Amino acid sequence: MDLNYSAEDEAFRLEVRSFLENKFPKDIGERAKAGIRFKKDDYYRWHKALNEQGWVAPHWPTEHGGTNWTPVQSNIFDEECFAAGTPRQLPFGTRLVGPVIIHFGNDAQKERYLPTIRSGEEFWCQGFSEPGAGSDLASLKTRAVLEGDEWVVNGQKTWTTTAQYADWIFCLVRTNTDVKKQAGISFLLIDMKTPGISVRPILTIDGDVQINEVFLEDVRVPKENLVGEVDKGWTYAKFLLGNERTGIAGVGLCKNDLENLKTIARSERKNGKLLIEDPLFQARLSRAEIDLTALELTNMRMLFDIGDEGTPGAIASVLKIRGSELQQRFAELQMEATGSYALPWQQGALEPDWNGKAVGPAYAAARSPLYYDRRKTTIYGGSTEVQKNIITKAILEL
Amino acid sequence: MDFGYSEEQVLFSNSLQKLLSDSYSVDVRRKLVAEGPGYSEDIWKAYAEMGLLALPFPEDMGGLDGTSVDAMVVAIELGRHLALEPYIPTVIMAGGALKLAGSDAQKSDLIEKIISGDLKMAVGLTEPGSRFDMAEVSTRAAADGDDYILSGVKSVVLGGDVADKIIVSARTSGETRSEDGLTLFIVDADADGVTREGYALLDGRGGADITLENVRITPSAVLGTVGQAWVIMEQVADQAAAALCAESLGAFARVNELTLEYLKIREQFGQPIGKFQVLQHHMADMLIEYENAQSLVYRSSMMADSDDAAMRGKAVSSTKVYLGERGHTSCQSAIQMHGGIGMTAEYELGDFVKRMAVAEVMFGDVDHHLARFGKLSYMSG
Ligand SMILES: Cc1cc2nc3c(=O)[nH]c(=O)nc-3n(C[C@H](O)[C@H](O)[C@H](O)COP(=O)(O)OP(=O)(O)OC[C@H]3O[C@@H](n4cnc5c(N)ncnc54)[C@H](O)[C@@H]3O)c2cc1C
Repeated sequence: MDLNYSAEDEAFRLEVRSFLENKFPKDIGERAKAGIRFKKDDYYRWHKALNEQGWVAPHWPTEHGGTNWTPVQSNIFDEECFAAGTPRQLPFGTRLVGPVIIHFGNDAQKERYLPTIRSGEEFWCQGFSEPGAGSDLASLKTRAVLEGDEWVVNGQKTWTTTAQYADWIFCLVRTNTDVKKQAGISFLLIDMKTPGISVRPILTIDGDVQINEVFLEDVRVPKENLVGEVDKGWTYAKFLLGNERTGIAGVGLCKNDLENLKTIARSERKNGKLLIEDPLFQARLSRAEIDLTALELTNMRMLFDIGDEGTPGAIASVLKIRGSELQQRFAELQMEATGSYALPWQQGALEPDWNGKAVGPAYAAARSPLYYDRRKTTIYGGSTEVQKNIITKAILEL
Repeated sequence: MDFGYSEEQVLFSNSLQKLLSDSYSVDVRRKLVAEGPGYSEDIWKAYAEMGLLALPFPEDMGGLDGTSVDAMVVAIELGRHLALEPYIPTVIMAGGALKLAGSDAQKSDLIEKIISGDLKMAVGLTEPGSRFDMAEVSTRAAADGDDYILSGVKSVVLGGDVADKIIVSARTSGETRSEDGLTLFIVDADADGVTREGYALLDGRGGADITLENVRITPSAVLGTVGQAWVIMEQVADQAAAALCAESLGAFARVNELTLEYLKIREQFGQPIGKFQVLQHHMADMLIEYENAQSLVYRSSMMADSDDAAMRGKAVSSTKVYLGERGHTSCQSAIQMHGGIGMTAEYELGDFVKRMAVAEVMFGDVDHHLARFGKLSYMSG
């Protein structure tokens, strides 16, 4: 056993740092440090920088532009990116739909979609959830009926992240109502400009608009936009959700959160000393840091156990549950550390074009919005309860 | 022992509930926050008419001679309906400080106007960097003849955005973190040298940072004995914290009601999600936390008027710790069990959750009150 990074890994870390130093737009990093919200253009410019470096889709097969990084290298990459304040790379194109197209799509689809996913010219969003189909995704009702060369789609998707930015949406649609619910679902790619699609933004409790309702009314989609086989969409969705769960542990994100938390606790004062010296606060901080170390090691150990080729399977649920809890805990501790100045609700201060004056220390305005925003992490990507059901059945066989 | 409302309290509670449910729809409240002024002047007038603003004051001043338990009965309803008016800062805090320390002239001048609804007040006891320690006061009051000249900053003053007068603590002598040498002053919000930066707190209620720059205070605006304000400050803060906890309890009741209702109506996998045992247990935990919080809220209200600072402090700190921790985790469970709906601003759950979050931090967070409880319980004598 050995906890040290290899010389190649250390060299890789330096390479990533130098890339970030030179190619990550500085103004985005500045805004990230100030807690200002990312907009479409921020995501796009970061995506473009990654693409120019050949690092935009590291986990894709090399013939499609993947990098063949080891799991350790992927982690190093994540860590360095978050430390530099990069936006989280939107997962919908490269992480979610891309691999589905690569594995199950035909050549024409690969040629049509993969290049613009890599370049970022086309943004994607994920149309899985519906008002009546959340945890029970397979009960989805959005219907697609074949009429000549077109699928005619009717229904509603919801919670659709960044649908307002997206050029394309990949949807699960019901193509067969006569079979078991999982057996009648197909995977359809829909151009967001198609007549009959309307998007209604949803304001969330953190004060931001990231998610949307997407209404589909007689939306006509070319037949060739169906991925793989008709009625086999559930298989592709399970493949996709497996990828989603591994990305979601967020060790790199949490490490950056921890650093920010320490910065706040070194700036706040309590009883004439720094907050970070307060025994009660220290106890909370220490617990969170220890939990994060355990998660980081568990993440590495599990990646080690499955080797370079395997897929994580149900064990990914362990990482997802603990990772999402920690993302919440760090936001919570940051809010707590900020004290009374976490209470003013200063939404304006989080917008890039704001020129008002915020009250309290510079980090204050973003603290309670982040706390509320992070409540989502134990809900999406398979809720904690659903993940525990998976562990119970697939690992514990109870 | 008696844990029931008196007949009068039942009546009061019912009529307040009626007033608020008739006039405080979600839309009305949100509009007041979004478009200003952040509270309703009409409701404030209605409070005056029903005697709410007269509650804690002696009968000979036109008051109702109510106790902190009466204040709790009111605050629970204010919390249930997420009322925005500066009731706690004006009536409980400033009213309380005037009652405890005011001169006859100050009382007759100000209390009457509070009762009639013509005067709003706030009390500023904390400063940037003092965290929750009210003894850590850097605001200085320098004597100038019979007058005082005040300079300093008071932070996150509840109701400070709309108050006509603000009671502030300032140091007339002693070291920055000493309980001795503190004095309270009544400052006109529009006096020379006063600037305030008003804002909405995360639950929509107003607050402000108040900056004092060489503000001249005449002797008539000194509240209580010079250098001896600490006991008054502590009692006022305890009464305010007790009332905030009562509000939080009212909001907590709604959090539980909304969640229970949702568990029954939301279906996944062909059944109400309330059939899933893990969610049943979360909901059962929320009920347990609510019941225990209620008991502590009752006790701290019964003790909030006591001059036994240690006993009172322990009761209030217990409630702050309990609600701060268990109310907090219950809110997290409530959002969790709602799934995506729990994240939306349109749904009312988040408003109650944020009201509870303000009560958790204001006048001392969990760590502050844990330390205070420990000190009062295990380190005295
Ligand atoms: C911010 C955000 C962004 C999102 N982005 C997207 C997106 O881009 N695209 C997309 O398709 N979806 C997206 N989602 C949707 C997300 O995947 C769903 O919210 C999630 O699947 C839960 O579904 P639901 O919200 O309907 O909750 P429900 O499924 O109704 O769950 C409510 C509660 O019941 C519990 N529960 C449900 N079933 C069980 C069970 N069998 N046993 C025990 N407990 C159970 C849940 O854990 C939860 O606590 C997003 C959600 C959020 C909050």
